[in-house]
Amino acid sequence: MGNKTPLYNAHLAMGAKLVDFAGWDMPIHYGSQIEEHHAVRRGAGMFDVSHMTVVDLIGEQTRAFLRYLLANDVDKLHDRGKALYSCMLNADGGVMDDLIVYFLEETWFRLVVNSATRGKDLAWIQQQAAAFHIEVIEQPDLAMIAVQGPEARDKVLPLLDPAARDAAAALRPFFGLEIEDWLVARTGYTGEDGFEVMLPGNEAETFWNALAAAGVSPCGLGARDTLRLEAGMNLYGTDMDESVSPLVSGLGWTVGWEPGERDFIGRAALERERGAGPAARFVGLLLEDKGVLRNHQKVLVEGLGAGEITSGSFSPTLGRSIALARVPAGTGDHCQVEIRGKLLAARVVKPPFVRNGKPQIEMD
Amino acid sequence: MNETPDDLKYSKSHEWVRVNDDGTVTIGVTDHAQAQLGDLVYVEVPDEGRELEAEEACAVVESVKAASDVYAPLAGTVAAANEALADTPEAVNNDAYGDGWLIRLKPADAAAVNALMSAAEYQAFVESE
Repeated sequence: MGNKTPLYNAHLAMGAKLVDFAGWDMPIHYGSQIEEHHAVRRGAGMFDVSHMTVVDLIGEQTRAFLRYLLANDVDKLHDRGKALYSCMLNADGGVMDDLIVYFLEETWFRLVVNSATRGKDLAWIQQQAAAFHIEVIEQPDLAMIAVQGPEARDKVLPLLDPAARDAAAALRPFFGLEIEDWLVARTGYTGEDGFEVMLPGNEAETFWNALAAAGVSPCGLGARDTLRLEAGMNLYGTDMDESVSPLVSGLGWTVGWEPGERDFIGRAALERERGAGPAARFVGLLLEDKGVLRNHQKVLVEGLGAGEITSGSFSPTLGRSIALARVPAGTGDHCQVEIRGKLLAARVVKPPFVRNGKPQIEMD
Repeated sequence: MNETPDDLKYSKSHEWVRVNDDGTVTIGVTDHAQAQLGDLVYVEVPDEGRELEAEEACAVVESVKAASDVYAPLAGTVAAANEALADTPEAVNNDAYGDGWLIRLKPADAAAVNALMSAAEYQAFVESE
């Protein structure tokens, strides 16, 4: 038996098919993964992401600590509530995890990290934090519900504390708002507008059921994966891990190179890699032939060698198969993918594939 | 509860077999199997004329999450394949025993079908899995 989120019984009541995910019993779907995917692109869907690890960092030197710990620069965060996406690197520039950091107070920042890397992340953060006298406090009693889709905000707002509703409605993208012991943030992992809501576990089921009553479709991890793939968002452990840097994972944009004097873990290794020129490119692929791209399929690029699909699936929005792939530097617009011994044609594209319900790439 | 029609035979790898009047057999995946697979998005069927051994992987059904092989429940020659599934893979989900058929096979040994499970035996097998 795995760990259970506070919504476990609600999932069973809604007919979820549960699977093990990083030691947690999580819904993979509630009937049809594709219908759940479309619900998020066209209306509103909700995901239980309570398995994710919430870590609060408390201390006078929290900002200085995070400027050392993370590859992105938390000095970009000037306004309270603002969030930032970053990689956490090891000294070799390998990606230990990707995370969201929220600036709540000068002495209080909140991290949301992956559940599969929880133990490793906490140990690493504790180890690095000692010199900065930071308190590292995990918040395992918080649940997290992501409500995503063009109608998501309209569905969530009436369910919030009336005193905070206007402020929540006014949240700009990538900002969060504390409402008592809730944190409501205009963030997500689907390429749609919406909120991610952190709230006490004992209030989660009531909120979840109220969202369902408002017409928000429960969605499982299956739809979450195809949505994030269409949105061109990386999945840790699949698209990148400790063996690769952000520069070959499509995450160069998240590295805060400036100011040059900021010393962050992994900086020296990244600068060497950047100087030498990264050996690989991280790209999107659109399969031109019929079939389905899958993780680990071999990508062949004429004259340059081979690469690999890191995330491949079927795109319900495009009705075609798409993938993220690590391919040789210098790869042009076309490649081939080996599927069951056959070479199929694919087009190299720049992710995202879909944003706000609309295709972002040329279809042929 | 998934459907298991009484007039069909079943394999342990979750294919169904219907014996046709002309001596050929039609093969598909069971309602139970399609439910386990989830929404299908791609189906690859064998070429007409291909010779299949019993238990040979002969078709692929791909859902959003994974690709799964379909195995020939008995040996024979492919007389027809359901090419329409290239454009309508969801027919396997919606009508596993009808429009979702995969292959029509000319069996090498017409009696081989008798070794397969009855509907009741297959239901018991699924419950024991």
